Amino acid sequence: MPAFVNPTVVAHLVLIFVVMNLLVLSSAFMVWMERKVCAYIQDRVGPNRVGYEGALQPFADVLKLLFKEELRPKAADAFIFAIAPILSTVAALAAFSVVPFGTETTLFGLLSEPLRLEVTDVNVAVLVVFAITSMGVYGIVLAGWSSNSKYSLLGGLRSSAQMISYELSYGLALASVVMLAGTLSLREIVLNQSGYWFQFIPRWYIFLQPVGFLIFLTAGVAETNRAPFDFPEAEQELVAGYHTEYSSMSFGLFFLAEYVNMVTVSAVATSLFLGGWLGPLLPDWLGWIWFMIKVLAILFFYVWMRWTLPRYRYDQLMEFGWKWLLPAALINLVATAALVIWLG
Amino acid sequence: MDLNAIGFFVFAAIAVLASLGVVAQRNPMHSVMLLIVSFGALAGLYVLLDAPFSAVTQIIIYAGAIMVLFLFVVMLLNAHTEADAAPPVLGPRGMQIGALLSMLLAVELVWGLSRLGLTWFGNDPATIANISSVSRIGLAIFTTHAFAFEVTSILILVSMVGAVVIARRGQ
Repeated sequence: MPAFVNPTVVAHLVLIFVVMNLLVLSSAFMVWMERKVCAYIQDRVGPNRVGYEGALQPFADVLKLLFKEELRPKAADAFIFAIAPILSTVAALAAFSVVPFGTETTLFGLLSEPLRLEVTDVNVAVLVVFAITSMGVYGIVLAGWSSNSKYSLLGGLRSSAQMISYELSYGLALASVVMLAGTLSLREIVLNQSGYWFQFIPRWYIFLQPVGFLIFLTAGVAETNRAPFDFPEAEQELVAGYHTEYSSMSFGLFFLAEYVNMVTVSAVATSLFLGGWLGPLLPDWLGWIWFMIKVLAILFFYVWMRWTLPRYRYDQLMEFGWKWLLPAALINLVATAALVIWLG
Repeated sequence: MDLNAIGFFVFAAIAVLASLGVVAQRNPMHSVMLLIVSFGALAGLYVLLDAPFSAVTQIIIYAGAIMVLFLFVVMLLNAHTEADAAPPVLGPRGMQIGALLSMLLAVELVWGLSRLGLTWFGNDPATIANISSVSRIGLAIFTTHAFAFEVTSILILVSMVGAVVIARRGQ
């Protein structure tokens, strides 16, 4: 047996496999949750035929999509048209690879070295997340351009303008947390949030950075193209925006990417502001349960917002991004820097 | 051959081939994408050199921000071949001069690189940890190289103001 086949490597490979499949499953779950929550908000029942309370509905939908015919407009750029949904999905899945979701574990003594519950630990994890999120825009822009249809092109253009505008605030909100923590590693940022103030308030950065948290959440909605910022696919104006011309599973891939992106943004917000896997009551090795609860709470908030708020107008979106969110993020950053120097 | 060397040759090959593709492509959109691929390969080379910070900034700034603007322009022009976007500016004489200049540049580059020693930063782990540490990079930029840094920022500001002035000239 070659030297690189040892329990640690196997455990890592299993971890990668599990994380990736859980992410895909989580997007199935999100589709179900979205439809259920929106149904109850609109006083309907929602899907309730396939499986318990319609829980298997997303799987039925995926099966249906897989058997649909794959259509491509004649004037489309075939190669780019084919790889755009793949790019979207890859970027969405890759961003999760640096998010830690639990403490170290030896799986009850199965492994000689403790295994960290994250795919990889890089010392610039925060920047990696930012970099991969910024690559996500290509899938959408290229899909919009290669379809060679005016609705798609408008959707793609809107998406790139929106993402450039909100990426700045997103990055500045990240930077203010990085300044507090003094590290770019997500694991260390989470560990910095352990302990309590006055015995009962957890030392989460949300209490030190409430403005940063709000900016991060808002910019996160814009980055994931969700309502009330879902301009790239505004149905009433653009049919379906950048994925108008897509069908079958390549359309499904865009959906997958959107939901995985939501999960990733929520997971990053959890790690940066809500103390990651840290929480009371549960023993350390069950920390991932806390992680999932917090991520679910943010996801629920996103769904709730989508079905409550109407879409902004496009000029309002730009004005809000550049004239309100960006200055707020800048002031927050400078104030944080001043306080860190003054108190630290 | 160790993994580092294999990685170097793979990334270097991708970078060179993609860059050649950028120039050879007629379709501007494909050129833009090949340039992104080339930037990605460069980032891979940085990772191999134990400089993850440079790698990630390379992706964020070049592949993430600047190339999105390129895409934006190509999409707005809706140009499917280079001829749509702009007719060739240079005549045959201009082409000849351009070819001569680029050959000069290539010779200069080869000459310059051959004069540069092979181990510039040294190989001991302490030096490597030093040059890849984010706080070290920050300190170097804002103390030793503060002047160059500020001058660059003014340069960028000037180009931004220029863009605004040109855009609003007609009004």
